[in-house]
Amino acid sequence: MVVSTSVDLLMADTDTTSTAQSNANGMTEPTHLLKQAEIPGKGVLLGWLRQMLLIREFEVRTMQAYQNRLIGGFCHIYIGQEAVAVGTIAAVNPDDPVVLAYRDHGHALARGMDPKNCMAEMFGRIGGCAKGKGGSMHMFDADHYLYGGHGIVSAQTPLGTGLAFATKYEDEVISGGKSSHVTLCYLGDGALNQGCFYEAMNLASLLDLPVIFVLENNRYSMGTAIERGTSMAHDLRLKSEAHDINHAIIDGKNVLSTYRDFKGIADWCREESRPYFVEAQTYRYKGHSMSDPRKYRTKEEENSEEANDCIATLEEFLVEEHDVTKDAFKQLTRQVKTQVRQAVEWAKKSPETPMEEMYKDVFTDCWGPYTGTSKPDMLEEGGLD
Amino acid sequence: MKVTTKERVIEFRDALREAMCEEMRNDERVFLLGEEVAQYNGAYKVSKGMLEEFGARRVIDTPISESGFSGMSIGAAMRGLRPIVEFMSWSFSLVAADPILNNAAKMLYMSGGQFGCPIVFRGNDGAGGQLASTHSWCVESLYANVPGIKMAIPYDAYDAKGLLKTAIQDDNPVFFLESERLLSTKCHVPTEEYTVPFGKALVRRSGEDCTIISFGRPLHFCLEAAEELAKEGIDCEVIDGRTIRPLDIDSMVESVKKTNACVVVDQSWSFASVGSEIASQIHAQCFDDLDNHVHRVHSDDVPTPYAYNLEQAYLPNTRKVCEAVRQATYNS
Repeated sequence: MVVSTSVDLLMADTDTTSTAQSNANGMTEPTHLLKQAEIPGKGVLLGWLRQMLLIREFEVRTMQAYQNRLIGGFCHIYIGQEAVAVGTIAAVNPDDPVVLAYRDHGHALARGMDPKNCMAEMFGRIGGCAKGKGGSMHMFDADHYLYGGHGIVSAQTPLGTGLAFATKYEDEVISGGKSSHVTLCYLGDGALNQGCFYEAMNLASLLDLPVIFVLENNRYSMGTAIERGTSMAHDLRLKSEAHDINHAIIDGKNVLSTYRDFKGIADWCREESRPYFVEAQTYRYKGHSMSDPRKYRTKEEENSEEANDCIATLEEFLVEEHDVTKDAFKQLTRQVKTQVRQAVEWAKKSPETPMEEMYKDVFTDCWGPYTGTSKPDMLEEGGLD
Repeated sequence: MKVTTKERVIEFRDALREAMCEEMRNDERVFLLGEEVAQYNGAYKVSKGMLEEFGARRVIDTPISESGFSGMSIGAAMRGLRPIVEFMSWSFSLVAADPILNNAAKMLYMSGGQFGCPIVFRGNDGAGGQLASTHSWCVESLYANVPGIKMAIPYDAYDAKGLLKTAIQDDNPVFFLESERLLSTKCHVPTEEYTVPFGKALVRRSGEDCTIISFGRPLHFCLEAAEELAKEGIDCEVIDGRTIRPLDIDSMVESVKKTNACVVVDQSWSFASVGSEIASQIHAQCFDDLDNHVHRVHSDDVPTPYAYNLEQAYLPNTRKVCEAVRQATYNS
């Protein structure tokens, strides 16, 4: 098969203004020049395939663990959208900040978090990435520059702007050099209707911040189809153009074109120190959360979307272009199944978060429980360590 | 011949500026951001001249966009920068409630200790004078309920500078509540650098008969009331709590054990307030020492009225403090 992309970013037009035009298909083409990335070789692609398989298997076992009541609270499954996390994260550097919403397991794994810590977090165990204090919606990993999943819709968009502000400030004001980072700030289509997203875009544009707002448009915010919740849903470029921010649409179900298009955008943002608004068109196969019976969409729609699956598409490409055998896929699948099974076992064995953790991390200094009857909070120095 | 050096006396607003400038000179991770802080020199001239010294990269004008710039600053603080965010009024912080309460206050906890939030939110709190209800918020009781934040309320220029420096150096989010009515007040502020620690109350007047506890602007009325009551033979001890979180309840308890009477003056509304919290703790710890229950003076339980006479009647004042002390000490 041929790698298809919904937007041809390699345009002869060298106009660097940020205006964009819709093409005949209603897609938006930025009119500044973006360098198109090469599709990497077989080894890298197999790595991507492995990541996508890992995320999918991880989510299958997450659902199982949730049903077995090993996971509590709200839990949002990423199956169907794997190509977005894998393709976009592959396009940036390991020390570029990433911040996202609550459907966050896939990005955490794509970013390099060990599935053991991710699973243990959901189990509410001390081995979790946040020691069991955040749960499914709040994956934080400082070692991998992952600044959290965030549970309040769109709350992460000003944070992403702030992370980009910080890298630029560090690079330019403190180090006296050139801004050299780009922040990935993911949001769902539900976040399009929150005011703070527009405040975040306005500030990012005014302050020339290198942040990419990656909209994962899976067409539903919980049970509300995008057309029912978002005006101009058919032409979202207007949302960012109003802030002088470039917009592009990428095929979020194809990791190859996602990477190829996104890499050019990320490089441009890094170089120009400007924001971008990227709409990755995708679909979540499962419900909004574990309790969603999906009565707001048809089985036919789901079947047709699942027929165009990101993992199958990449496998097809590897077979046709790199002569990878079905056996190799089976072997990869076996590997990730083992890895995820081990993660679940590890998480089960991880001790419950100890009671003294309840009182840690409220403040950086050593404050204890607020009893209301004594001098609150301030315990002996080191009293809880 | 005796040489006398004249004590340096400066305004509250100048003390705030000195604190910020000193910290910005000491640490380039510190920057100031907010509405009109740079080119306009600050809506209340607190940041006057700072743009000139530090440049537009570190003294940053924002649009009127509290939710956006609060969240942005919190994101920057997660990376270890140390933003000072000026709210022109804490009344406007309400549109930023999600970032300041959900993100700043909880980031360290929710990330399992990985990402802190060394940030200061500062600005005017309380009635400025006939601004009506939406612009006259006293946010202390509302926000003191949330774990994860520290909260300071300076009363004079000396504390304004010392507490603000402590706030900026703190690795945790600090809500710093100033009063428009105090910005022009003056007192001695040394030239040398100093800080005022959090969690250490100050006895602003010693006395034997009744402890009056307050924070910020209402302390003015408490001190006036103490002078008036002294003429009636009631000797009041006035305690400036300085910070609400942490709360120096030990100093308050110690004083009440001496005076056996207590009045709390809190400019926020009475229901579920800082005042009710302190009263509850004093009752618990001084149960056998109190000659009367703790009396409280608050703003009246209505939206802040615009009309001058109504607003004056609504706010805590010297007369109300005097009446409360007389009642608490059975002198009414």
